[in-house]
Parts: sequence; structure tokens; C-alpha cells
Amino acid sequence: MSQITSALRIGDRWDHAPKAVRWVALLLLVAFAYYLPYLNILPFAYVRTDLTSSGSDWASVLFLVVVYMIVAVGLNVVIGLAGLLDLGYVGFYALGAYSIALFGSPSSPVTQLIADRFGLSEGWAVPFAFCIPIAILMALVAGVILGAPTLRLRGDYLAIVTLGFGEIIRITARNVDGVTGGAAGITNVPTPPGPEIDGRAFFNTIDAERWYWLALTILILIIFLARRLENSRVGRAWLAIREDEDAAAVMGVAGFKFKLWAFAIGASLGGLAGLLFGSKQQYVEPNAFMVQLSFLFVAMVVIGGSGNIVGALLGAFLLTYLPERFREFVDWRPFAFGVAMVAVMVLRPQGLVPSRRRAREFEDRKQEAEEAAADV
Amino acid sequence: MSEPTSSTSTVAEEQVVLPDTSDHDKIAIEQSGKQGDVLLEVDHVTLRFGGVVALNDVDFQIRRGEILGLIGPNGAGKTTCFNAMTGVYTPTDGKIRFKGHEIAGIKPHKINHLGIARTFQNIRLFPEMSAMENVMVGCDARHKSSVPGVLFRLVRVRPSEEELPASGIRRSLAKVFGISRHTLEERAGRKRSMELLRFVGIADRAGELARNLPYGYQRRLEIARALATEPELICLDEPAAGFNPAEKEDLMGLIRRIRDLGHTVLVIEHDMKLVLGVTDRIVVLEFGQKIAEGTPDEVARNPKVIAAYLGEPDDAA
Repeated sequence: MSQITSALRIGDRWDHAPKAVRWVALLLLVAFAYYLPYLNILPFAYVRTDLTSSGSDWASVLFLVVVYMIVAVGLNVVIGLAGLLDLGYVGFYALGAYSIALFGSPSSPVTQLIADRFGLSEGWAVPFAFCIPIAILMALVAGVILGAPTLRLRGDYLAIVTLGFGEIIRITARNVDGVTGGAAGITNVPTPPGPEIDGRAFFNTIDAERWYWLALTILILIIFLARRLENSRVGRAWLAIREDEDAAAVMGVAGFKFKLWAFAIGASLGGLAGLLFGSKQQYVEPNAFMVQLSFLFVAMVVIGGSGNIVGALLGAFLLTYLPERFREFVDWRPFAFGVAMVAVMVLRPQGLVPSRRRAREFEDRKQEAEEAAADV
Repeated sequence: MSEPTSSTSTVAEEQVVLPDTSDHDKIAIEQSGKQGDVLLEVDHVTLRFGGVVALNDVDFQIRRGEILGLIGPNGAGKTTCFNAMTGVYTPTDGKIRFKGHEIAGIKPHKINHLGIARTFQNIRLFPEMSAMENVMVGCDARHKSSVPGVLFRLVRVRPSEEELPASGIRRSLAKVFGISRHTLEERAGRKRSMELLRFVGIADRAGELARNLPYGYQRRLEIARALATEPELICLDEPAAGFNPAEKEDLMGLIRRIRDLGHTVLVIEHDMKLVLGVTDRIVVLEFGQKIAEGTPDEVARNPKVIAAYLGEPDDAA
């Protein structure tokens, strides 16, 4: 309880702080986030993951954390706000990665087919900049196609259908050799353009911090947009649907329309995250999109605090960073993961950073209890 | 529209927050027709569930500007009738027309957009949202911002003088680029929500989660939320359930003031005193059939109604 109230207090203090203070604090935080790859001052440097020779590249870990943060923000819209349990989110992530691979890589069957058909030069591929809208659009369309018939289902049924969707995408990718390259995957996935530095492309496999900065910039933009949605008619409609769908309909909320929007927005963010992942790897193969990843994504949102962007970000950070930082205990990973999940469910059922309104509720109950005690 | 201050005399002294009637003009709704016109028409409606006849050839009208009571003993079909009017059930036979549009088969949210709102017998608020947010969901029903509109704010509106910000740079920017429709709607929604909360007398707990409000406040919040959708017809399903006499007295005042805002009111109620005290006309149902219709006086004297409520005397049987 005291932890929850302290989380609330930070939030309240934040709300009550002057606007200038908030802006400075936010700017410092963002600046620190951009500086993170170079963090080398001693006590703090222990957070790095590459202290031992077997550790993972620190900037690459940061990049993955941010990509999963984009995923968590997107899934938070679907699960946290609209209350739709989507267990097939990895499907959209895979679609994003495959979109850039299929259209952007000169060695993918799709680009070769297009090049042959229209007599384009050898090695032609869709430029990176055009792959972004393609990837987002593919995921979005998939979201709408999946959502349109299934969003009339409620609760568990929706979870089962989406779970199936995630697997269908992966299995299709593995088996349609002529289009996706099958189990071998697709190589030569394009990277964003940029000036050459030291004889290397700007976005390459060695300088991972550049990838991190790119992803971080996109993440900040997405958080900005997601907050706009949350504090609007749309966000309220999602909450109302989550709370009581029938009552919401009677109050004029077009339930199906807003659920479909939630699904489409979640899907396109998943696609964007997949695109970043595929582009950084420069190689896409079906086994990177196992169903476990879907569960990991859901766990990020739930552990962090469903319905709350800060919670989703924290969840994504913990579940990505901790396993990388403590690689030496890799055999213990599933065990630690299970214990952590149970601990969170028992100790903080609302998630680590509960949504503000839920925290407020705890606070209200406490106050009521005190008032009742005073009355006696 | 009668003078709103006259109705406040019925407000009981126990009420902590006296409703502020100065805002009536701001929350009154526009009318799309004349007073006394037929607003909703229940045209020989029959509703069967399998072998059970829930409504049998029920026929009545609601006129614009009136307070109509729909009463009857338990299981008489009041709530069923209500659900048919708000699109939950489709009549087996007969038609329900609102402003000339047939309602059967229209989705609940579209019916709300047509101008019918309701409250629920067993309160159904959005428990994890604040009182204010609950009412804003109602206001949103009249708003137009779409998802892209909220995200990118490309729909700009030229603001009126009072909507312009007071300070320098923001003011000039708003003059050149206009203000996004979303921002204006959001502002108007917040203002209207607060006024509605004040109107029903629960503004002092606007920021509190709906689930934590006391029972009486929850009932009033439901009414405020329904009013927020600017309905021409508002249907109250047993609004006095669980109220003590003083609260019922308050509620009668509130119902009259709702009518004064320009809404037509349909009240389903068990409590005869309340219904007789506040309504202009009453329709009585028993076993799915209409057994009486008329002014409160007529209905109270009707032997069929007395029999339905008190049971038939032995010698008449």
C-alpha cells in the first residue's frame, strides 16, 4: 500500500509542479536517455550489459528495449485501454519485419518478381522510406481484417482467435517458400539511408547506438501521439467500452468502431516495431516470431501496469533488460521469470506502476476506512 | 420554459449542495419540434420470448415536453417496454417510432444519436472512471473528432473572440492557424460536464471514481451522464429505487427541472407517490397489457389500477 501511495505522490507532485519544472525534468530525462549508450561513469556503469566478455552489446540491448517499448505502448492501447486481450500481437510484429524484408531486400522473392515483371534493373528494391508506410499499412490492414469479424467476440474467445492469428502468420511465413523464403528467411534487409562515416554505412551492424537513437526518437513521437489519444474522446470511449460495453453503447459510444480503431492502432505500432527489428537484424526468419514473444509482450503490459503508458514502458524495460544484464544466470531465467510474475500478481495486482485512476482508487478506499474509523 | 427557480423550492433541506440554477441556459437543449407533438409512438407493440408474451398490443404516445409515467406491478413489462424503446429488443409485432423514425433494428448507439438516452434500474456507471469522465463520455456522443483528428489535429476551427487565449503568442497562433476542433470540443465538454454535475447536485465530488460515490450520488451521476448526450427523450428506469422520502422529494424537483431544460421525460417507477406527484400523464401496464392511461388523478381513481396495485377485493372476484 505504501508503495502505491508513494507512486501516487510522485504523480501528484508531477501534476502540481510548475510547467517549466516539468519541461526541464522531461528534457533532462530525454537527454539522459540519448546519452545512455555512452554511460561509463563508474557506479552507474554497472547497469551496462557488456561488463564481461560474454555480455551482450550494450547499445544493442538498449535498442531492443526501445523496440519492445514501442510494442508495449501499442499493446497497451489494445489491452490496457480498450480491454481487448490480444494474444497474437507477435503476428503484427512479424508482419512489420516481413514487410520491409519482402519489399526492401533485393534478394527477396517479391522484389525479384516485381523487378522481372517490370523489367527493372538487377538489385532493385523498394527504398527504405517507402517501406515504412508499407509495413504500417500491412499491419494495420491485417489488424482490421482480423478485427472486423472477431471483435464481436468477447473476452476469452477473442484471446483464442488472436492466439491463432499469431501462429498462422509465423507458420505461413515458414511454409510459403516462394514468397517469404521459407525457413531460410530473407537476407539483405535494407537499413535506413544515411551518410557514410569511417567507410561504413551510417546504420550498420557495429554502431548499434545509432539504431538506438533512431528507435528512441520514434518512441518519443509515439508516446506523444498515444497520450493525445488517451486524453481525448477516443481514450474515454475505450475506457467506457472496457468498463461496460452495453452501457457505453446506450450512451452513444460506437463500440465496434472504437474497438476496431484500438486494434488497428495497436497493430500498426506492432508493425513499426517489427520493421525496426528486421532492419537492424538485416535478416528476417520465421523462428524469430514464436508465440512466446506474444506472451512476453502481454506480460510487459500487465506487469508494468495495464492502462498506463509509464507502466508499459517500465514493463518493457524490465522484461528486456534484466535477462540481458544477468546473462550469466541464463539457466535460471525461466524460473526467475515465473517467480517475478507470481510476486507481481500477489503483491501488486494492478502492476508496478498502476494507472493513476486505479491508484487514486486505492487512496480513496484508505481514506474511507480512516473516516469510518474516526466515526466510531 | 418555466422559471427554473420556482422548482428549487421542492429541494429538501438535508441536501448539502444546493443545485445552482444559474447555468440552466447553458445546458438547455435545442428543440427539433413543437411542444405537445408526438415524440415517441409505441404503436400496438407485441413482444414474445418463445411462449411468453412480455408485451401484448401495447399502444401509447409520448408528447414533447411532458413527463410521462410508466407504472405497473412487478413483472408487468415496464422494463421490457423500455428496452424495446432503446433498441435492446426488437418488437415481434407493431412499431416503435421516434420522431417518425422506426427504432426497431437500429443499434443502441445510433438510437442515442437520434435523441433517446436512459438510465439503468441497476446502476451501470463506468466504475473506474471519475464522475467527470463518466459525464464526458455522454458529452462525447455529440462530438465529431475522429481518431486521426485527435492524433494530428488537422481540422481547424476559426475561434470566436472568447475562445481565443488571452496571452500573446498563443493568441496570434490561434488567430492564424485556428484552434483544432478536438481542443474546442474537449473544452466545451469539460465545461458542460461540470455544469451538469452541478445541475444534479454532485459537483463537489466530480473528481472521484464513480465506484466510490455514495449510492444517491451514483443515481444522480447516471442522470447527468444521460443528460450529457443531449437527448430529446430521457428515460429514467426506477430512479427512486433505494431512496428515502427526502431523497425522493429531491428527485421530483430534479425531474421537473430536467423537463424545464427542454427534455421530455419518461419515468418508470414503483413508487406511486412519486409518480403521481411529478408526472403529467401516466400509462399503467399489467401482465404486458396497457390497462389505463390518463392524468395522475384519473389513474389514481381508476378501479382497474387500484385492483392491480392492491389486489381485487374478495366480493368482486
